[in-house]
Amino acid sequence: MVLADELAKQQRSISVAEFFEKNKHLLGFDSPTRGVITTIKEAVDNALDACEEAQVLPDIFISIKKTGNDIFRIIVEDNGPGIVPAQVPFVFGKLLYGSRFHQIRQTRGQQGIGISAAVLYAQLTTGVPTIIISRTGPKETAHRFEIQIKIETNEPDIILQQPFEWDRIHGTRVQIEFKSTMSAKKKLLEYLKYTSVVNPHARIRVELDDEAFTFERVSQDVISCPTAIQQHPHGIEFGQLKRMAATSEQKLSDFLVETFSRVGKKTAQEMCGKAGLKGTAKVKGLSSDELKTLLAAMQAVVVPAPPTTQCLSPIGEELIRRGLDKEFQMDFVAARTRPSSVYSGHPFMVEAAIGYGGRLPFEGNVIILRFANRVPLMYQQGACVITQCVANVNWKIYNLSQQGLPMGPVLILVHVASTNVPFTSESKDAIAGIPEIEKEIMLALQDLGRELKIFLSRRDKNKVAEDRARAVCAIIPELAAKVSEIVEKPLIDTSPIEGKLMHKIIAKKWTRDEKVTIEVSNYTGHEEEISVYDISSDNAANAAPKPEFVSEVDGQFTKVWKATIPPQTVWLVSYTGKGGGMLDIRGIEDTKKMVVDLDV
Amino acid sequence: MSKEELEKKSMVALLSIASAWYDQMKAGEIPSISLPTRTKYNIEYDDTSEVWKYGDKESMRTAASAKSATHLLKMAYVIGFVKQQLLENRSSTLREMYYISEGWKRAKFGAQEESNFLIEDLEIISEVPREGFHLHPEENGASIYGPMRIREETRRGMRAIHCQDDVGQAGYTIPNNVENIEFVDHDAKFVIALETGGMYDRLIENGFDEEYNAILVHLKGQPARSTRRMLNKISTTWNLPVMVFTDGDPWSYRIFASVAYGAIKSAHMSELLATPKAQFLGLQPSDIRDYNLPSDKLSEKDVEALNSELTDPRFATDYWKKQINLQLEMGLKSEQQAFAARGLDFVTKKYLPGRLSEMGII
Repeated sequence: MVLADELAKQQRSISVAEFFEKNKHLLGFDSPTRGVITTIKEAVDNALDACEEAQVLPDIFISIKKTGNDIFRIIVEDNGPGIVPAQVPFVFGKLLYGSRFHQIRQTRGQQGIGISAAVLYAQLTTGVPTIIISRTGPKETAHRFEIQIKIETNEPDIILQQPFEWDRIHGTRVQIEFKSTMSAKKKLLEYLKYTSVVNPHARIRVELDDEAFTFERVSQDVISCPTAIQQHPHGIEFGQLKRMAATSEQKLSDFLVETFSRVGKKTAQEMCGKAGLKGTAKVKGLSSDELKTLLAAMQAVVVPAPPTTQCLSPIGEELIRRGLDKEFQMDFVAARTRPSSVYSGHPFMVEAAIGYGGRLPFEGNVIILRFANRVPLMYQQGACVITQCVANVNWKIYNLSQQGLPMGPVLILVHVASTNVPFTSESKDAIAGIPEIEKEIMLALQDLGRELKIFLSRRDKNKVAEDRARAVCAIIPELAAKVSEIVEKPLIDTSPIEGKLMHKIIAKKWTRDEKVTIEVSNYTGHEEEISVYDISSDNAANAAPKPEFVSEVDGQFTKVWKATIPPQTVWLVSYTGKGGGMLDIRGIEDTKKMVVDLDV
Repeated sequence: MSKEELEKKSMVALLSIASAWYDQMKAGEIPSISLPTRTKYNIEYDDTSEVWKYGDKESMRTAASAKSATHLLKMAYVIGFVKQQLLENRSSTLREMYYISEGWKRAKFGAQEESNFLIEDLEIISEVPREGFHLHPEENGASIYGPMRIREETRRGMRAIHCQDDVGQAGYTIPNNVENIEFVDHDAKFVIALETGGMYDRLIENGFDEEYNAILVHLKGQPARSTRRMLNKISTTWNLPVMVFTDGDPWSYRIFASVAYGAIKSAHMSELLATPKAQFLGLQPSDIRDYNLPSDKLSEKDVEALNSELTDPRFATDYWKKQINLQLEMGLKSEQQAFAARGLDFVTKKYLPGRLSEMGII
């Protein structure tokens, strides 16, 4: 008894803030390097969510400046709707305070931990209070706050609050100072780049000490804000049901119909019947055991899937393509938005895209861009169901090489949107392997794989044709010359081989002894009217025949000839010059022409 | 075949390749050439000559892609080059030809491997060894030591050489062109071809050649063509048994195979280069076990090579299957010089006499 009394003296409740002070890793503040990214991530997520709610195109400004040894000042400013002064201390100075936690719709931030965790982290590492400026509209005055968190009680500590002269009409500016390093600069820019891909309606400007980067907006359409829906009976847990029942004054059947999504009178009756409860019973009066049987009944009865269109906001195939095009220059991009689906009563939707070639690195593994509710996931790639799905698809049948993950110049984007994204942990870095989600991701990826395969085989076909043209037009004439020399017989004319192989217009350009010759042969079998475009540093002053048209830009001359070439005949032009540059034939389909520079 | 005949044959053969292409192009066709497939899946045992040769599988090279067209163009340049060489009665090394190709623009070789391979292709099509093109390798031949007398036609006239009395400690160096050697007489009972210089020196130092009347040939690893031609000529001219003594690992078994059966790369010349009567003396996997020799673990590559040998037609005998499977089971390999662990005389006093009498040679 004595010992228990002693212990009782030490036993007391722990404040949330205290708990998180000791468990920083749960929030993504486990290392100084990660701190910067987590803070900016939370602030940017909030800004984008707020702008969406207010239906304005987001304009976000981020600045990171070193103010001392290992001390960084981070500023994030948005043009969102602002926060009313009375709420500011709670949003920034109290953990687990939020408006979206209880709503069932797709949002970026969910738990309301994020930004106040950064305030706490600043307080712990530098002691400098966080400064917030917010303005809710042109007629309102802006307010400036200096805020910290009372760790023992998890209540905001307002150090200063005063009206402020601010040039923005509406918006919020946060300034946080904490200990960190910039070793994750690359990762940070990557995060912003990826954010910009899935938020093509946002403009994000970053100042990193002296460097500035801008991620431009490519879409002028404000995305429609998802609206909240009611809880689905299949997606509820016991504690939640008990809480809801305790505060309800309704009869059981009315409670079921009015509180839950897709439950009508008939369904409610069925649930009551299965649970052996009367529809007229007061919900408040149900015992724990009764609630348990009710919960089981609710989940056993077939209920249509929750409505998904209004609570989810997919990016859309067109915008994903535009977003990717803007940040990665690739030869091929395809995107797919899957129909919405449901897991354990939570609506979700999978979107995916695949890109190939262009500026992507030719060697090494695929680049995987993972997103949950439009937020890039930057860590724990290996633990994420998206990565597992990418590895599980047999990419070899789509003509990609694969060692676990596909290899080569490939980029894969997967976006999972849900009212409740199942993360593997609170730091929200990886999505858990829910079979329904896995299936949708696989279907999207396989669909895209098929499209990629079509692109690749078409490209290979073109390559074969080009390769053949090069062989026939450039190498065979040389072979003919050498062989004629060896057997000491007259030089063979190889143009019949060309014509036989390719029923096309063939344009050739070569340079010998400072004389440039362009030869256009018509093997199409029809008379063709074409224009020859020759762009190089030669002015072709003595060209015969004379070009129709010559123009100069920066020492590069564009010469244009028009020619009507009967079938099986050759059109020729030559002039003094160095050759090189670019040659093209216009006025004929791409598939019916071949241009070869013999000097290459 | 005399030198002049060989040159004439190669000129005719090479020009006929060029003429065929000339006629194809003249007729408006894309030039092409067919070559035997040069992999281990296309070598066959020839009963009459008792060597492995290329089979019937052929692949057609048509100048319809840039790669194949370039290959034909390179071939044409080489033919032109050889023609010139034969006309001017000059010769060059394979490496020199590779450097000369620098001036051939589009037809220049990317690496010497490529030009060597192309020369081998030409040997196959023309049925003329590269000596007939006046091309020879730059590496000097390996050496030979033992009771035999030869005459070599050198730039300074005919020289008679006894390969024990007239040579230094290192022995007589085998020239690039073995055709210039005349085999006079010998006092030998058998020939031992050795993979490593260390073992070759050990046998000379221990007087093994004198004691057993043996001709010792240093293979210098994978033997050059001239070394293999030398063994072939000794075997056919004097009808002497040829024993091959190498390290006990999969790469060394390939050395034996190239001596006895010919190499995949030069299967078109097997009749001239292979010595079908050559026998594998050691080091056998069973020797590692029986003599408890110092050994190393087989690497992944070794195991891969052993498994590949199990599917190689040249190793498709009961003897080799047993030995290779034994080695895979033990997971061990040894070098021939590992016998030194039993004393420097062990190999010449115990191992070789024992093994040679077991094989019925002495």
